[in-house]
Parts: sequence; C-alpha cells; structure tokens
Amino acid sequence: MILQDFIALSPILNLGAFCLVTMLAIAFRRNHARIAVCALMSCLFTLATLPWAATVAPRAVTTLLVVDGHALLYMGLVLSATMVIIALSYRYLNSQFHEKDGVEEYYLLLLLATFGGLVLTTAAHFVSLFLGFELLGLSLCSLIGYLRTRRNPLEAAVKYLLLSITASAFLLFGLALLYFESGAMTFHEVGVSVKQWQTVPALWLGGLILVLVGIALKLGLAPFHMWIPDVYQGAPTPITTYIATVSKAAVMALLLRLATEVGILELPPVVHLFSLLAVVSMVTGNVLALLQQNVKRLLAYSSIAHFGYVLVALLAGGPPAAEAVTFYVIVYCAMSLGAFGVVTVYSSKEGDKDRVEDYQGLFWTRPWLAGMLALSLLSLAGIPVTAGFIGKFYAIVAGVDAGLWWLVLALIANSVVSLYYYLRLFVTLFGEVAIQEALPQQETVQRSEFVSWTAVCSLGFVASIILVLGVYPEPLIQLIRESVSNLLMVAAQKP
Amino acid sequence: MGLWLLILIPIFAAPFAWMGQQWSRHAPRWIVLGALAIDFILVLLLGGQHSTVQASGHGAWLVESHTSWIPRWGISLHLGLDGLSVVLIPLTVFVGIVATIASWTEIQSRVGLFHCHVLLALGGVIGIFLAIDLFLFFFFWELMLIPMYLLIVIWGHAQRRHASFKFFLFTQAGSLVLLVAIVALALLHQQATGRPSFDYADLMGLTLTSEIARWLMLAFLIGFLVKLPAPPFHTWLPDTYAEAPTGATIILAGILAKTGAYGLLRFTLPLFPEALSDVAPIAMGLGVAGILYAAVLACAQTDIKRLVAYSSISHMGFILLGAFAGTELALQGVMMQMVAHGLSTAGLFLLAGALEERYQTRDMGQMGGLWSVTPRLATMTLFFACASLGLPGLANFIGEFLVLFGSYATQPVMIILASLGMVMAAIYSLGMMQRTFFGRQQDTRTAPDLSNVAFGTLLFIAGLQIWLGLYPKAVLTTTKPVMEQLLQHALVSANSTHLPSESLLSSHIVTSQGSTP
Repeated sequence: MILQDFIALSPILNLGAFCLVTMLAIAFRRNHARIAVCALMSCLFTLATLPWAATVAPRAVTTLLVVDGHALLYMGLVLSATMVIIALSYRYLNSQFHEKDGVEEYYLLLLLATFGGLVLTTAAHFVSLFLGFELLGLSLCSLIGYLRTRRNPLEAAVKYLLLSITASAFLLFGLALLYFESGAMTFHEVGVSVKQWQTVPALWLGGLILVLVGIALKLGLAPFHMWIPDVYQGAPTPITTYIATVSKAAVMALLLRLATEVGILELPPVVHLFSLLAVVSMVTGNVLALLQQNVKRLLAYSSIAHFGYVLVALLAGGPPAAEAVTFYVIVYCAMSLGAFGVVTVYSSKEGDKDRVEDYQGLFWTRPWLAGMLALSLLSLAGIPVTAGFIGKFYAIVAGVDAGLWWLVLALIANSVVSLYYYLRLFVTLFGEVAIQEALPQQETVQRSEFVSWTAVCSLGFVASIILVLGVYPEPLIQLIRESVSNLLMVAAQKP
Repeated sequence: MGLWLLILIPIFAAPFAWMGQQWSRHAPRWIVLGALAIDFILVLLLGGQHSTVQASGHGAWLVESHTSWIPRWGISLHLGLDGLSVVLIPLTVFVGIVATIASWTEIQSRVGLFHCHVLLALGGVIGIFLAIDLFLFFFFWELMLIPMYLLIVIWGHAQRRHASFKFFLFTQAGSLVLLVAIVALALLHQQATGRPSFDYADLMGLTLTSEIARWLMLAFLIGFLVKLPAPPFHTWLPDTYAEAPTGATIILAGILAKTGAYGLLRFTLPLFPEALSDVAPIAMGLGVAGILYAAVLACAQTDIKRLVAYSSISHMGFILLGAFAGTELALQGVMMQMVAHGLSTAGLFLLAGALEERYQTRDMGQMGGLWSVTPRLATMTLFFACASLGLPGLANFIGEFLVLFGSYATQPVMIILASLGMVMAAIYSLGMMQRTFFGRQQDTRTAPDLSNVAFGTLLFIAGLQIWLGLYPKAVLTTTKPVMEQLLQHALVSANSTHLPSESLLSSHIVTSQGSTP
C-alpha cells in the first residue's frame, strides 16, 4: 500500500529531490551549462516516472493529492513545456547576463515553480491547492525580476507580486467561507455536500465566487487581466513563456478538476459568471490586441482571448467539454512556446526584440525563425494544418454540442477580429526589409548561424508538435479521452 | 490512391518549385507546368477510365478513396470523383497553367516562392473538388487561403496590404460560419444515430426539421456566397482582384470563385432539400441583385481590372440564380457558366495584366487608341469581351442562356430583370474596348505586343470557348447524371412529408421564427 503511494507520487517526489540536488550542485560549484543540463535532466527523469506512476493511477495519495490520468497528462505537459523553456533560456541568459552575476539560481527557481505546478495538477484538497498556488506564484515572482539590473523586469515583478497576493487573499477567504458552510476541505466532500443541499447557501456561493476570482486572476481572464500585458512585456521572455504556458496550464488543470468534482457548472450563478468572463475576456483581449505595437503585449492580450475560448469549451460541460479544454490548453501551450520562443531566440544583447518593426522582413533574412513565428501565428489564428485549428474546432464542437449558440457566435466573431492582428504581424514578416537593417545584414547572418542547437531542437520540437497535432490529432484525442474518463469517473462516483 | 496523387502532386512539387529558383530563373515555372501537366493527364485518365460507367452523383463515385482519420468525430479522409469534379479539376489545372504563363514576365522577384504558393493553392482547390467528407472539405477550403493571401500580399500592387486583409477577413468570417453549420450537422447525426459523422453520404440521409434546415442552410449559404461572391458579401472582390498580381487574379477569378459555386451545388442543395423552397427565392433574388448591381458598377469603372472584377460578380450572379431555380436545364447552365466564365475571365485578366505591365497603369482614361500599337492584344481583348458579353456561338452564351431559359418557368420576373444584365454586359464590355483600344491615342509610348506564348495561350482558350460554344455537349453529358440525381434528391426529399422529428438539438436552436410549417 505504502509503496504504491510512493509510486503514484514518484513524479512529484522525483522533482522535489532534483530541486535539492540542483541546489546543492549550485552551492558546490557554479557553472551555468552544468546547472542547465542538471535542470533539464530533472525534468527528463521526472517525465520518465510518469508511465511508472500511471501503472497505479488513479490513486488518491492521502486526502491531499490525487494522481490520475488527468493529473499525469497535465504533468507531462507542464514538464515538457518546462524543458523547452530551459533549453530556450540557456542562450538567452548567456546573452543577457554576465556569468559572474549568478544565473544558476534561475534554474532552481524554474524547477520549484514546476514543482508547484505538479502539485496543482494533483491537488484534491484546499491545502494542496493553496500550497501549489503559492509555490508557483512565489517562484515566478522572483523569476520575473531575475534580470535585477533592469527596470522593466523589476516593475513587472512588483506587479506580479501584488497580483499574487491579491489572488491568494481572495482564494484564502473564499476557501474559508467554503469550509465554514460545508465543513469539508477536500473537493470530493465539498461536492457531496453540494449535492445534498436543496439550495446552495449564499455564503458558500460567495466563497466559491471568491475562489473563482482568485483563479481567474491567475489565468488572467478579463476583467482580472490588468497585470497580464505589463508582466508579459516586462518579464524576461523565457519567463513570459513560462507564465503563458506552464503556469496557466497547471491552473487550468486545477480548475477542471474543481469544476468536475465539485460540480460547480451545475450552479446557474457560476455558469453566468463564467459566460460573462468568457465573453468579456474574448472581447477585451482581441480588441485591445488590435492596438498593440509590441509583440509581447500583443501575445499577452491574445492569451486573454484564448482563455476566453477555453472557458467557452469548459462551459459546455460533460465529456466533450473536458476533452476540448485539455486539447485546447495543450495546443495553446505549443503555440505560445513557438511564438515566445521565436522572440526569445531573436532577442539580442541589447534587449528583447519585441517591437513589431523588429520583425519587418524577417522572412527574407532569417527564414526559419520567421517561418516558425508564422506557423505559431497561423496556429493561434486557427488555420488548418496547424494544431490551433483542431483546438478551435474542438471548442466549437463542444459549444455547439451543448447548444451554447451565443457563446459560439461570440467565439467566431472574435476569431475573425483576432485574425486581423495576427495577420498584421504575419504580413510584417514578409514585408520589405527596412533600409537601415540592410547594412548590418552580414552580422545578422553570422548571428543566425550562432543560434544554439538547443534552441533549434526545442523550436523544431514545438513546430513538429504543432504540425503533427494539426494533421493527425487522433492519438492525442484518445489519450485525452482516457484521462478525462478517469476524471469524470471520479466525479460520477459521488453518491 | 489516384485521387490523392491529384492533390499531392502539386503540394509536393511546391517545395521543389521554391528550391528551383537556385537552379535557374525559369525552373520554378517549368516545375509548375510539369506538375500541372501530370495532374491534367492523371485526371483525364481517372475520369476516362470509367467512361462506360454512367458518371453519377451521390454515393456512386467514379473513383473513391476512403481512410479513417479522426474516428473520435467520425472524420475520414474520403475523396470521390464524379461528373462535377471531372469537369472542374481539369478547369482548375488549366487555369493554373494560364496563371503561370500570365506571370511569366510579370513576376521577377522571389520567383520560386511565388510558384510554390501557386502550387499549394491549386492543390487546396483540387482537394476541395474531391473531398466528400465535410471536415476534409473545410480543411482544404481553408488550406488554400494562406497561399492565396501570401500571393496577394507579397507580389500585389500598391494597395495590396489593405486588399489582402479584406480578402482574408471576409472569406475567413464566412468559413467560420460554415464550420459551425458543419459541426452542427455532424452533431445532429450523432443525436440521430449515436455517432458523429462528417461524411457526405451519412449527412445526406439525415432528416432535419425545416426549422433547423433553414438555419443551417443559411449558414452554408453565407459561407459559399462570400466566395462566389454575391452581394452583400462581395465588397472584398474588386479590391482583391485589382491589387493581386495577374497570376493570382486569374486563379482567384477563374477557380476560387467556382469553389463557392461548387459548394452550392455539392453541399447546400443536396443537404437541405427541406429548406430549398424557403431559401430559393431569397438566393435567386440575391443572384439577380448581383447581376444588375455589379453590371451597373462595372459601367462606371475607370480601372480596367476593377471593371473585369465587377463583370465577374455579375456573371457569378447567373450561377446563383440557376443553382436555386430547381430545374435540370438551369443546373446544366450553371455548370456551363462555371467552365465558360473560368475560361473567359482568365483570358480577360491575362489581357488586363498584360496592359498594366506595359503601361504601368490600370486607368482606362490614360489608354486609348492602342489598337495600332498592340494589334494582337487588342484582337484578343475584343474576342474575350465578346465572350464575356455572351455572344452566341461562344461558351458564356450557352451558360447564361440555359440558366435564363431553365429558370423562367419558376421566376419569370426575376429572369426578365436578369436578362437586362446581359444587355449591360454589352455596354460595359464594348465600353472597355472603346476606351482602351479605339479613339485617340493618349499614350504615345510604343509597347511590345503580346508574346508568342501568351498569344498562343489566349488563342487556345479562344478555341476552347468556340468549341464549347458550338458543342456544349462535351460538358453537359458529363455533368448530366450528377445534376439529374441532385434534382431528384431535392424533389423527393422536399415532397416526402416527414414528420418534424423531435430533435434534441431543436431546443437549442433559436426559435424566434415560430413553429415549423
């Protein structure tokens, strides 16, 4: 029994152990490359434990954590995304940092944040939820401000800190109210008590909405999105990627579990709240993205809109909804890794290249890099052959299946609006090369040869994921169906 | 497998066309021509193989290919060739060849990439004409957009950015509405039988309440009318046609517009026979409005490409009119019109592009009296202007005449109005001739006449026009069985009085229109 618990928990334990190893390795001897490889290996070994853990899944380890297909799938996503980000970070940090300034802790913090993410995906209890939240939030906060000699990252870090605290405050107070009314701390028991009530107590509902607001703050759903553009822009680009992918995916995994186990989507006020959040997020994200001149801000607003689409899928309820949400989140992570990855690789010593003008005619000078960005943009816009199309198709199927006609129409209208800004950036890639850029072209070519093989590998991996999922999504769909059936089965077992 | 080759040959040839740039300036062009020639022979072989078997429509395909793709949603890689596609695919390939020849001298920068996109777009269009799984159809429908878009935005004229945005946003908006309708159909199939399916044959067997059918048909119509285009969805067209490079314009006008018409014939009519009687008058009204409105606007144009673009909208109105007339004659006319218009408009845009290339302007006010300078160009323009205005003996006449003749019984008033469109076609076509080639010469620069290759191509198209004008049976016999079946299906389904079955989805459909009849 105990051994099986350990096996089920092996990914989390493994990553935790590797965090310690990395920390000791840093204390022992500072070496950027070695620590980066160590971090990469930590993720790789943790990934390798997932199939092992799957042999005993689904399994509740204590009341705090549940290791099931759903959790393992999201763990795989979180760990793979972290690996890509570590690979992208190495060259970025090399160009932005002096070796002696101490870049090694960056990887430790990244691993800790991922550790928090893993806890979130398995959380089945208010305590583990909160622990995961804080672990992720605090590590990210220091990561955002990691380039401590620059102004923008520090500003972004303070903003993220304030957001984190606000979200935690909402969350804690909401959890307290939930506990006060239902007397339970696990999702499962809370769900049971909801089923027993004739009418849901107002205080409980208030608590739930506070919790959801806390989660919405983390996911950056409008109108709780104010921090997103500034933090995305200010943070070092690999960390922006991390916030957009790992952090959001982990929180989404938690939200999906909370939604199914507690059954909150059967409560009309919550449905109304989510519908409102979905529409406002889509509209705000897309309309504001139209006005952006900065690529990172543009992608930030587009991420707000994309999570609006995810909410539409979530609202549909039932198996197609859970499938659609998971599929979309995976696809979204791949697309974001692609887009932000290009910004990371393209950035130079002088700072991030994130103005739209920087990308003018990139296709003619660095075709592979521009092709990668173009692919990610097309995927974000939902054009076939890319994964984004299948994701959007899935979301529409879920919405239509549940008869959410207005939300589906809103999704479509917003997709069309979003095309405009994706296309604008897309066109810029194919524009004429600006004249002043033509002079240092030789230098550009030299630098393009210098793009490290880690970046090439990681971006190539992301590109192949985007294309393969766009052309042959069936294996992933099957995988998701299994994991989701797991989740829904647990939810259905409730008396 | 043969069917997949049809799609994959252009797509796999595309990267080679791009790389071919390094070998020689003309290598990409030859690769395009080679790939298209192979495709052309292949489609003739595939179609000709079964000439003894009556070409037939629904469920009885000449050649079929079926592989499972995404079983979760009942999506399969299902291709089928029938009389409709046997006519349209050679047209696509031929127009592609014309487009390549038209851009022989015009495209001088990034030649490889240009031809790569041409091949990708053509591969997508061939896929559209072959796919009989609705998801696969939509896949190809979207697939061709990006290469088209890039063709316009990289090689287009001064206003290309604006035009390409408009083109993309309009078509994408229409497509997404279409996607929702397709998804709704598949889910209705799931509710009826327990498994979702995007397959054409499965969805044809679906019985819909007329309320749902009306909404879904409307969505399909929007999706296809944007591409066709018919007013009020046409505003992207003149800008796009005018700003695109000649080769892209020829593809756009010659075949992309036909994909909208194809969608009407293949999907909209057979899938929703229940709503046909409700929607037909509206659609035909839009068709007539398109014919007249675009003809009036064409008369007022000073830009030669925009004039041809508006004339194109006007001619596509006949297709919309005939498609919903509900008689076999009209449907046959639609088919003929698709082929004839594809040929004539390709010729006209090639000529307009040649003029623009020579004089660096599209403004007809700055032309005039060019007959003596470029006699070949002028003669061919006169020929295609006549073809476009529907001169008897040429293919366009057959198409328009059959449409008018076939629809008169159902909508006499509309047909009388639509005939005015033919009169106006004469006005703007001859006006265009007058302003460019006759009168006093404005621009005294000498310009080279049409090259031998371009002249030969145009002569060939002209020959085809005359051939089809005198012997339309070549097209009509191929498509006759399809049209017959299509009509039969529509009539049978419309007449059979099935009870409005209690569909689960019906509760979700917005029922503001009241009860079902």
